[in-house]
Amino acid sequence: MSGTTMSGQTNEPVRDRIQSEITANPVMLYMKGTAMFPQCGFSARVVQILTHLGVPFQTANVLEDMALREGIKQFSNWPTIPQLYVGGEFVGGCDIVTEMFQSGELETLMQEKGVSRPAA
Amino acid sequence: MAMAVNEIEALIKAALPDARVAIEDLAGDGDHYAATIVSEAFRGKSRVQQHQIVYAALRGRMGGELHALALQTSAPEQESPR
Repeated sequence: MSGTTMSGQTNEPVRDRIQSEITANPVMLYMKGTAMFPQCGFSARVVQILTHLGVPFQTANVLEDMALREGIKQFSNWPTIPQLYVGGEFVGGCDIVTEMFQSGELETLMQEKGVSRPAA
Repeated sequence: MAMAVNEIEALIKAALPDARVAIEDLAGDGDHYAATIVSEAFRGKSRVQQHQIVYAALRGRMGGELHALALQTSAPEQESPR
């Protein structure tokens, strides 16, 4: 089952899966590897940032599913992994997430989207 | 597969003729670069949109031939009216 149709659109099942995951999870990270065992420096950095912010987040390992790996790129019109979604919206890859974290925009975005740190 | 600095620069300038482009080879392997790009095309655009403009200029090489391209994009500083 290939991840894209002839026209380059994400095929139905993959798009529906992505749509439901980014809706169900306020902070959703498509990455290479897992939060515990990231398999790419860029993915690891985003996990580090989210862990530092202390917000709950869900991850999906695109290395386990080629259809997802290609489908996510079509879905967001973004050619690389990792990809971070907050409140169902694409935020960016490693560069943009890092830049937003350093400027404080990421924390503001989380608050705006009602993503809160669990009580200590 | 890898890409040369001048190849990346040429593709970006073909799409953004006004762009000032500075590219740094991060790992010396032709696969990991950092690029700082200033162009009027970025004005008023979100970061994601700005980077998507650059990826479109690279005509599908991003994520394939080119594994990593750290991007710093911005519009030219507007001259303060005298």
